[in-house]
Amino acid sequence: MNKETNRQVVIPGEVIAKGDDFLPGEGTEKTKDGIIALRFGLSEEVNKLVKVIPLSGIYNPRRGNVVIGKVENINFNGWILDINAPENAFLSVAEIPRYVNNDCLDEVMNIGDMVVAKIWNMNKRGIDLSLKSRELGKIDEGIIVKVNPNKVPRIIGKEGSMINLIKNNTGCNITVGQNGFVWIKGDNVEGELFAKKAVLFIAENSYISGLTEEVEKWFDENGGKK
Amino acid sequence: MTKEFKRSDGRKLDEMRPMSAKVGVIPSADGSAMWKQGDTIAIAAVHGPKKMHPQHQQDPSTGKLRCNYTLMSFSVSDRARPGKNRRSQEIDQIINWAIEPALLIKNYPNMVIDVSINITQADAGTRCAGINAAVLALAHAGIPMKTMVSSVALGKLDKTLVVDINKAEEDFEEGEGSTDIPVTMTHDGKITHMQLDGKITPKQMTDVMKMAKKACDEIYEIQKKALKDSIGGKE
Amino acid sequence: MDKFQTTSDVTGERIKQYLAKGKRFDDRKLDEFRDIEIEVGISKKAEGSCRVKIGKTEVLVGVKMGLGTPYADNPDKGNLMTTAELTPLSSPRFESGPPKFEAIELSRVIDRGIRESKVIDFEKLCIKEGEKVWTVFVDIYSMNDDGNLMDAAGIGAVVALKNARMPKYDEKKGVIVYGEMTDEKLPLSKDIPLAITAHKIGDSIIVDPTLEEEDLSEARVTVGFSDGIISSMQKGNSAPLTPEEFEKVFGIVEIAWKDIFKKIERFVK
Repeated sequence: MNKETNRQVVIPGEVIAKGDDFLPGEGTEKTKDGIIALRFGLSEEVNKLVKVIPLSGIYNPRRGNVVIGKVENINFNGWILDINAPENAFLSVAEIPRYVNNDCLDEVMNIGDMVVAKIWNMNKRGIDLSLKSRELGKIDEGIIVKVNPNKVPRIIGKEGSMINLIKNNTGCNITVGQNGFVWIKGDNVEGELFAKKAVLFIAENSYISGLTEEVEKWFDENGGKK
Repeated sequence: MTKEFKRSDGRKLDEMRPMSAKVGVIPSADGSAMWKQGDTIAIAAVHGPKKMHPQHQQDPSTGKLRCNYTLMSFSVSDRARPGKNRRSQEIDQIINWAIEPALLIKNYPNMVIDVSINITQADAGTRCAGINAAVLALAHAGIPMKTMVSSVALGKLDKTLVVDINKAEEDFEEGEGSTDIPVTMTHDGKITHMQLDGKITPKQMTDVMKMAKKACDEIYEIQKKALKDSIGGKE
Repeated sequence: MDKFQTTSDVTGERIKQYLAKGKRFDDRKLDEFRDIEIEVGISKKAEGSCRVKIGKTEVLVGVKMGLGTPYADNPDKGNLMTTAELTPLSSPRFESGPPKFEAIELSRVIDRGIRESKVIDFEKLCIKEGEKVWTVFVDIYSMNDDGNLMDAAGIGAVVALKNARMPKYDEKKGVIVYGEMTDEKLPLSKDIPLAITAHKIGDSIIVDPTLEEEDLSEARVTVGFSDGIISSMQKGNSAPLTPEEFEKVFGIVEIAWKDIFKKIERFVK
């Protein structure tokens, strides 16, 4: 709970902290008036480092992110995916963990298919994706839910604690993309819809401290399994 | 002894009409807000940042703001024909110039932030209400900004300066008639937009700018409250 | 990136599987509308106006009265002009600019629904035969698109008309005195014509799709319906419908009309 002290809602231009010993972190700037917020969000101060946690805004792709994307196009050596980022991403045939005949790319993944992939490289040419890891691959079935990318950390929780809470209470498998997409797969549609409701509840209440307890209470009141 | 000018709705010279604001009114937008200034109501929605289309308008050195202002047909007594006209095209650009200086969008190359502003009920000060709503929607959408921006329409009725004119005052015809002065300022006091229609001396402009700052500070408080109230309370 | 607003094939499969069992993601029945919220008089400057929300879908409709000349083939009748703007405000898939096909179709379908139902008594809108008549302008604006803008617009048009007042008319000068409304309502019949659109998704026929469902719609039929009588119809989108499916459409439209009527009754008295 110590990390969550001093959280307040701030608006652009608002002074968060005055004094020379504060340092401007992400979403802030140091001016003659003090550390000011450069975005609407929650301010947080830890060990004199002040930052703003955004509650809205677009996805900022980072190397290592697991994302969920949609195949937009296929070219001679790979697939072009829309990953809800400023640029489309490219998945090369060389980054698939099995042999693929260059003439049959569409048989492996076709336009409209959804894929869980990892960003392994980013440069001026664009974003490169890979499927070379066990939890990555084409999505076969389930429900895909869209949330604001800034809510993803709360849906995952500390070391996956929130995802596990959802899994245990709904019996569904949950895969979260850093770009704001959540893939839910369960034994039946009712279970999947229940998990979807839970995910949306967490996204709507992402700014609350003590969110885990609130979610546990929500599951108790709404028929969670546990 | 000068007689105090009497405004048609009984307000003091530096008194604003009742104001209210709310964010998040358009669920499918990335950010949105409603701004009410007396009987003038504006709704703004933000979509973006996203890839700029058409491609030839992309700017690799920075992101761009694109404003689209619409006076709805039934917002005025004499029906406004739906569709873009010269007045709304000019206002698109005015609103753009009023807001862009406060935005930090160099980090969004080739991208655009689309802001749509619709006036659902018009009683003067429509572009100002539109700007106030647009700024709220942009902040709500998480667009990085150095400062908030606020807008108000001042006026001169005959020889008297007043704040936040309504439609009746816009049509005032006695003496020197009505001078219409919409002004937009950043919270740290810089003017990003000013227009004038009428008759005024340079000396009076000093008073205009003082009155504008005071009015914009009041607007800022309402904008701040709307954003803060959207978190933690039931919307 | 706005392509991502459309329903993915993965989720689409689940929606269709569920529909085949007669169920929908938000627990509604196939013939059930979402909650309808109506607010009348959202613009003081309009002769009639309203906000209609069906679930999260929202439209604003305004009625303005103008003066005009009658059409040559109807010298003793007033005019109706219906416009619709699918605003960029309401969805990332609508661009600014002149109305595209979707907005034009919507305005024309709603227009026919009003016109053919004869809810407006156009003869009472004649001021001087052959010379001067009233024109009723119905202007529709989308404010948030979560599916089924068409039916929301239809409800909005009826509510705005039923709550509209005639403006003050200066007979001597032959002009409207803008800003002054009378207490006189528009000359309307007792009918409540509503546009109700049925959609075909897989083998199911539903009404009032959310945006997620609407993306999967293969064919749709909008029926202008009023208390047992069909006055207009439009089939849209490319998949064909069998006569049996049309029967299902008419059946579901009748049920939906009763459902909506109950929800909006007090606004259209």
